[in-house]
Amino acid sequence: MELNELTARQLNERLQKKEIKAVDILESVFRRIDRVEGQISAFTSLDKKRAIDVLSSLDKKGKTEGNSSLYGIPAAVKDNICLKDGKTSCSSRVLKNFISPYSAAVIKKLEEAGSVVFGKTNLDEFAMGSSTETSFIGPTHNPWNIEVIPGGSSGGSAAAVAADEAIFAIGSDTGGSIRQPAACCGVVGMKPSYGLVSRYGLVAFASSLDQIGPITKDVYDAALVLGVIAGSDRRDSTSIPDLPKKDYTTSLSAKVKGMRIGLPREYFLSGLDSEVEEAVREAVGLLEKSGAEIMDISLPHTEYCLPAYYIIATAEASANLARYDGVRYGYRTSRQMDLGQMYERTRGEGFGDEVKRRIMLGTYALSAGYYEAYYLKAQKVRTLIKNDFDEAFKKVEAIITPTIPAPAFKIGEKIDNPLQMYLSDIFTISVNLAGLPAISLPCGLSKGKLPIGLQIIGSYLGEEKVLNLAYAYESQTDWHRRKPKLT
Amino acid sequence: MTIHEIRDKMIAASVYQVIIGLEVHVQLKTESKIFCGCSTEYTLEPNIQVCPVCAGFPGVLPGFNEKVKRLALRTALALSCEIAFFSQFSRKQYFYPDIPKNYQISQYDLPLAKNGFLKIKAEGKIKKIGITRVHLEEDAGKLLHAIGSEALEYSLVDLNRSGVPLLEIVSEPDLNSPEEAFFYLQELKPLLRYIEVSDCNMEEGSLRCDANISLRKRGAKKLGVKAELKNMNSFRAVKKALDYEAKRQEEILSQGGEIIQETRLWDEKEELTRPMRRKEEAHDYRYFPEPDLLPLLIDEEEIEEVKRSLPESPAQRRERFQIQYSLSDYDISVLTAEKDLADFYEAVVKEYVKEKKLSPQISLKSQRRDRPVEQYYKKIANWVMGEFKAALKTVKNSIQEAPVTPVDLARLIIKVEDNKIPVGTAKKELKKAMGIKFGEISLPASATVISEENAIKKVIQEVIQENKEVVEKFHQGKEKALGFLIGQVMKKTQGRAEPKLVNKILREELLDTGRQG
Repeated sequence: MELNELTARQLNERLQKKEIKAVDILESVFRRIDRVEGQISAFTSLDKKRAIDVLSSLDKKGKTEGNSSLYGIPAAVKDNICLKDGKTSCSSRVLKNFISPYSAAVIKKLEEAGSVVFGKTNLDEFAMGSSTETSFIGPTHNPWNIEVIPGGSSGGSAAAVAADEAIFAIGSDTGGSIRQPAACCGVVGMKPSYGLVSRYGLVAFASSLDQIGPITKDVYDAALVLGVIAGSDRRDSTSIPDLPKKDYTTSLSAKVKGMRIGLPREYFLSGLDSEVEEAVREAVGLLEKSGAEIMDISLPHTEYCLPAYYIIATAEASANLARYDGVRYGYRTSRQMDLGQMYERTRGEGFGDEVKRRIMLGTYALSAGYYEAYYLKAQKVRTLIKNDFDEAFKKVEAIITPTIPAPAFKIGEKIDNPLQMYLSDIFTISVNLAGLPAISLPCGLSKGKLPIGLQIIGSYLGEEKVLNLAYAYESQTDWHRRKPKLT
Repeated sequence: MTIHEIRDKMIAASVYQVIIGLEVHVQLKTESKIFCGCSTEYTLEPNIQVCPVCAGFPGVLPGFNEKVKRLALRTALALSCEIAFFSQFSRKQYFYPDIPKNYQISQYDLPLAKNGFLKIKAEGKIKKIGITRVHLEEDAGKLLHAIGSEALEYSLVDLNRSGVPLLEIVSEPDLNSPEEAFFYLQELKPLLRYIEVSDCNMEEGSLRCDANISLRKRGAKKLGVKAELKNMNSFRAVKKALDYEAKRQEEILSQGGEIIQETRLWDEKEELTRPMRRKEEAHDYRYFPEPDLLPLLIDEEEIEEVKRSLPESPAQRRERFQIQYSLSDYDISVLTAEKDLADFYEAVVKEYVKEKKLSPQISLKSQRRDRPVEQYYKKIANWVMGEFKAALKTVKNSIQEAPVTPVDLARLIIKVEDNKIPVGTAKKELKKAMGIKFGEISLPASATVISEENAIKKVIQEVIQENKEVVEKFHQGKEKALGFLIGQVMKKTQGRAEPKLVNKILREELLDTGRQG
């Protein structure tokens, strides 16, 4: 097996035994990139030199004992997370050549742990989309079938990990943008509780919903990376204060005996692909056999998640994206004219259709006379959705659902039908509205040889239970070891 | 009688009542900005106190400066407001290059404080002016559209001020004349300076005032249609703008016309107001709660603590000065106008008493009848208000920086009393003591204007070298090219070059290059 195919945990062991050098890992990753990136297009930019410089100096230091488990392991990071002196394009024309003057809090944490960013991964423009097709540089392809979408918006991160072009990657999740592409690409993706990971340096889409999380090859690595990037941050007022440093891998016992798991009936209604339902029920059966107690539960306001989400997320986005105006940085129209026209043309030319659609939706929802009917109402619905989960978690310790309603679709299939596209996130959105942790992990392959994802949702700050349940399932299956055949 | 006199008479006998409400913005005196660590110090050098947060870069988040809360609380309590235990920041959205995020973080439906008041003295009577609300927000940057008298083809953006904490104090429409508005500001400013929340320097923009004004028939209940006045740069300008606007509205109404709800700009040169935008052109700010910040929570304990820490207000101090020192209303108003001066006066009194080994006097009103008022209170007041204050003004020094201490002045007064020196000599000595030290204080380099011809010439020559194409355009007759070149010079000198000189030397140098070419 090549080094690029291994997990962070496996590589860490070899580094500890001094069987390999950190630079060897990066070389292996880049050999793979040279071979398959032409088909996948997972990255928006790569910086091998920078990574080599950092890793060779780590190698020179030579000390490996007591080092963090990400020491010497390179990271791929979604291109909406700021990297000092590196490009941060958000896959948008408006930030195409933008160089950030600072690094995001997560990147600093990764670097402190001895990791280094070697590449930025493709996404739907400003993380708005479920297929990575709205990227200004073009779509990313699913390693399992290059005619198929990798999911989105963290499609580049998920595809890079699935194609072994990265050991692990960092994504962001506003309505499913880590979990949905992880499911599409057959890898593990986790969205932590809102406030567990600092958002400082994550280019905001919808501030009250955005969270950064890991995309990895297995559950153990997800726990490993989460431990590195989680923690309080003064610069992010919404980050949870006084969080103790935690090693999430220590909670992975794989014991689930007596654990109460809820299946929300609203997530298993018509419209759910039969292969997906079968795979998820099979996974639940396996956990039941291991001693978990399966219960039927209800999340009665589920049908309102999607409309509430598309009002709140677009409203926040309409304000968050107002700063891309051509005045201080980024793209500016070359047709110079008065201020108003400069704004209009810069934004008209700089943003793609989906971003414009959401800015307009959000602007409308916040307009005088509509605010109460839309934004305020959506916030009330959000409270009801949170209450649903609170009630459910009085009865159960975790909730299991499919991650996506059907396996990934073909590139181009839904790009002209935004409503169909929005339905891709139907099972993941509620988790962001409620601020809860959730993981997606592979639980099967469709007849068309496309991955199926299992979503495990936990209570607020219940990351350990989520991870442990996922680990228990993963330990009894080998879906996570299946690799796409790329030529 | 002239037409103006007739008009003034008509207004004096007006059937209309003037209704005025003021919106005052004050910069709070914190060391760093409200949502980032940048310095708030006033500086002429553009864009040096800027970071990714206050420049609105991608991915940044606001972090609330807790010191701002404290100053805001002091103000709200000094204005006798009800403090909200729970208040919230909102995003006020509009596009303009001086707000880097294209939204301003402000407070909207849940402000920090409401329902306060400020007492003013109008026509010899005390009048209570209601304070509707007090709320926090971040200041915007500044735009430069011209350098000197030279209009630029483009605008320059300076973000030094972006993110400086601002407190907006909105009054009730309780003010019934431009004079009352003036008195209100004259009462508010010393209060804010006393409680040390703001410098209230209108020139530097740390205090700004907008005014809402409408007229209604006397006895009418319903308020008339209002105009909002902006762009007044001094208290006098506020009064003048309101005077003008009251007359303008009165003329329209008395001729049966209707007032249009609009924002009007005060033109200081022409001394008139001009329409800026109408109500229907008014912005829809699309306010919504700021998701990047937690609600502002304040508990009873904190309020009590701040209350205890509040110093005497100017009104309280005036009252005490009258009782304690039996000074005239005029003396009191001069001495208490600035906290520092009042403090200085009291310090001199204390030193004087100490030097003369007098028993400390507490001449309360009740005791005054059977005891003569201490003459030295008035004598010291005369020295402080007269020679000392005048000298201070000449040397443009603040009291804290004054080289003459209260002990010095007390001793000087005693020397005169003891006939050790004549009054004239003592006054000269005081001036000398104040002046000599001043010569040793030098201005910081960053604040100085470059007016040396050779220095400017050097920069201009560089700019000409670097912008040959633009120079070419100038020679082809494009006057606008000059504006660009001036902009480049200002950029290189960080805005410190004297604009008139730049203009002059640039034209000379351009002529030279034209000849050579």
